[in-house]
Amino acid sequence: MSSPSTQFATSRRMGIYEPVHQISMWAEPFRGNSSPNTAVSTIQGDAKLDKSEDTSQGTIGPLENHDQEANKPSDKVLRRLAQNREAARKSRLRKKAYIQQLETSRLKLTQVEQELERARQQGVYIGGALDTSHLGLSGTVNSGIATFEMEYGHWVEEQNRQNHELRTALQAHVSDIELRILVDSGINHYCDLFRMKGAAAKADVFYLMSGMWKTSAERFFLWIGGFRPSELLKVLMPQLEPLSEQQLLDVGNLQQSSQQAEDALSQGMLKLQQTLAETLASDPVGEDSYMSQMATAMGKLEALVSFVNQADHLRQQTLLQMSRILTIHQAARGLLVLGDFFHRFRALSSLWAARPREPA
Amino acid sequence: MEKVMRLAAEKGVVIFSKSSCCMCYAVKILFHELGVNPIVHEIDQDPEGKEMERALCRLGCNAPVPAVFIGGKLVGSTNEVMSLHLGGSLIPLLRPYQTLV
Repeated sequence: MSSPSTQFATSRRMGIYEPVHQISMWAEPFRGNSSPNTAVSTIQGDAKLDKSEDTSQGTIGPLENHDQEANKPSDKVLRRLAQNREAARKSRLRKKAYIQQLETSRLKLTQVEQELERARQQGVYIGGALDTSHLGLSGTVNSGIATFEMEYGHWVEEQNRQNHELRTALQAHVSDIELRILVDSGINHYCDLFRMKGAAAKADVFYLMSGMWKTSAERFFLWIGGFRPSELLKVLMPQLEPLSEQQLLDVGNLQQSSQQAEDALSQGMLKLQQTLAETLASDPVGEDSYMSQMATAMGKLEALVSFVNQADHLRQQTLLQMSRILTIHQAARGLLVLGDFFHRFRALSSLWAARPREPA
Repeated sequence: MEKVMRLAAEKGVVIFSKSSCCMCYAVKILFHELGVNPIVHEIDQDPEGKEMERALCRLGCNAPVPAVFIGGKLVGSTNEVMSLHLGGSLIPLLRPYQTLV
């Protein structure tokens, strides 16, 4: 009867049990991460057991059947308890690390958003950069749109430069020959834009149609990837007066023709929306008809590219017709007026982005 | 090809189209707006549709449909129709065939 307690007593007296026990406890945490806390809890654990043993020998009674078992169960129990403490500690540390990670990410995100806002205010074109659909899914989509965004940024810079040059030339009353050179560059510059947009439409027509590559105020006027030519004519015409009777008639006809063409394209777009919705609304039975439903829907989406191309074609044709109707001097003024108009939209967008807002 | 040319020679405005094509629909809308009732041949509903499509491609348009003929002469596809209209040359071509005013 006294043998287990003797064993304990012996080990305590001899100091064998405790150190051995401590080492086995320490071995556990050192496998994972080391910490000075381990020893403390271990010692505390041991102290508790020692205490219970001191208060009543009956506590360990049921385990006292024979020498070996008396040591092992408490050994196991102690080890298990220590392991639990250790697991709980590790879990707390992991949770702490995770929260720290989240805090850091949140801070980083705020910083990135602030940088973006600053860049927007400076008029830099950051289009769908944060749109995940461009991040890595398809190499071609990504590079096509990234290229467009970069090229468009340069296009706007060049546009501003050309506008400045036009203004200077008109104020200096340069010759018609010099004006013609400027007008031709101006028109070619817009043709470059339509070419760029054509390539972007092939890369991602939805991106182009979203207008995310334009500033916010411009997006308000978005019609199939850009401004409505007839609206531009209507708004800017007064700036080009005085015009001859024939010119007024021609511009009026151009405006009306463009409007009719735009309306036809708008109706075509509505029909496209309708048929796409109808295609997706029916419930296909079987894998084959699901595939055929999706194939039909894909075809509809492809058709969007041709609508964007046609809309840009209208814009280009309107520009070319105006250069034909107007004198060279009027055409130069027309390009300047158009350039200033777009520039004011971009300035408005910057002001809007920088406006003081209620704190969230 | 003969069928296409035969149909194209019909008097008036002839449009080769596909019932599923929304650009064809837009072109039809434009002609209606301009007071014209075009003769429309939906080649996707024609038993010889595939051959007709091949024939239309050979005529040189960038898309087989819509293909527009006025008075038996090929005008072109959407691009050509739009360019003509903005240039003011489409309505004069349509004048003999304007029925809806």
